[in-house]
Amino acid sequence: MLGLRELSAEEIKFILETTDAFKQVGTREIKKVPALRGKTLVNFFIEPSTRTRTSFELAAFRLSADVINISKSASSLTKGETLKDTARNLEALHADIMVLRHSSAGAPQFLAQRLKSSVINAGDGAHEHPTQALLDLYTIRERRGQIDNLHVVIVGDILFSRVARSNIFGLTKLGARVTLVGPSTLVPREFEKLGVAVSHEIDKVLPDADVVNLLRIQHERQRKEYFPGIGEYTNLFGLTKERAKRLKPDCLIMHPGPINRGVEIDSDVADGLQSVILDQVTNGLAVRMAVLYLCGGIAG
Amino acid sequence: MKDRPSPSAAVPIMDAAAIQRALRRVAHEIIERNPDLKLVVLAGIPSRGVEISRRIAGFIREIEKIDVDTGIIDVAMHRDDVGTRADLPIVRASNLPTPLGGRTVIIVDDVLYTGRTVRAAMDAISSFGRPALIQLAALVDRGHRELPIRADYVGKNLPTATREQIQVRLRETDHEPDAVWSLRE
Repeated sequence: MLGLRELSAEEIKFILETTDAFKQVGTREIKKVPALRGKTLVNFFIEPSTRTRTSFELAAFRLSADVINISKSASSLTKGETLKDTARNLEALHADIMVLRHSSAGAPQFLAQRLKSSVINAGDGAHEHPTQALLDLYTIRERRGQIDNLHVVIVGDILFSRVARSNIFGLTKLGARVTLVGPSTLVPREFEKLGVAVSHEIDKVLPDADVVNLLRIQHERQRKEYFPGIGEYTNLFGLTKERAKRLKPDCLIMHPGPINRGVEIDSDVADGLQSVILDQVTNGLAVRMAVLYLCGGIAG
Repeated sequence: MKDRPSPSAAVPIMDAAAIQRALRRVAHEIIERNPDLKLVVLAGIPSRGVEISRRIAGFIREIEKIDVDTGIIDVAMHRDDVGTRADLPIVRASNLPTPLGGRTVIIVDDVLYTGRTVRAAMDAISSFGRPALIQLAALVDRGHRELPIRADYVGKNLPTATREQIQVRLRETDHEPDAVWSLRE
């Protein structure tokens, strides 16, 4: 599972249906099934993450797999070992599934070609973050009953966002209409080649939206020349209380987290009735159980 | 349909009328064994077990004018062949009434064979709670158990060879007339 670009609409729908079954497990008295008993999962996070790593870890626990967490600082990468060598050493310990978060685009693919273990991309640079997009798709499908024909507006730092890219691939494959909104430096017109609309005026787009997905402004990937400044960004593109009033009453407000309250979204809006931000977190666990099961459940 | 029996190799075991009679008798036996039908949950194993449990519930309604609870119990994520199987079983969402404590859960499946599916079903049920009783109903018991498991209600006992394949076809799940076939190689 390296990205949504290479998956077909049918494959994505199958993952969402499998997620239904694993979401149900979370409602049981005992929230644990033996589906991956005896399998070992390595959470290999070269870039910091709490939410995604914890979500994968808990998903693996609920499937009865054993989990090892490795961060960059705790690995021999700091001693000059290459990514490939570290990964091959982990595989020599019989790791069945490797979940990789890396700052370089293509790192999961690089490992997948060199390892026998299943490799799951937990975010690679500005390339893809497939499980985040799958949980967004699942949340939309759960709340709206469908994805086909919905108008999804993704706001923010699209250029540097793997979440946006994976969402664009998944949403367009499932028949949604996607509009990207943000400053022209962060939302260039080239994205239109992916079959989406591009706008730099949020107020024109919001009244027609069925879903608004607000992306975090990524300070760590940001260079000053791309970015107008926090206050100006909020004025031009933030989902303020005033802007939220112009949304359709059934429009969903999403955010992959972590939220910068008062920057891309007002605090009251993030906690409001239209917000499904915490549903996304709950569904992320079920989606990752489904992906781990589908990647790691067979012999090998 | 890909695995539809070809007429020469397939031996008919039960037709629609025989299946109906067998399930009506199973419904009578469930009524007889369970004086308080409000405690009963018929938990079907997807996909034909779910349809069979729905039909049994229909007969109980006809006979006793009472609606027993029905549910779905997915066994795919509870199987004991992790790491050895070549194909991944498709998982489906389970659905059982809660709380399950004090209830009588009757597992319903189409064919009882090795007993491994039933073991997985019991494992799945226990993750929902602790029922007072678990019972087992099958349309066909073909023998060859690999675990110490026995059915409480059987539509038809059918001695088979291991090389034989028993195929159940139901209108609702297979879009074919109700039938049980034996396929010999």
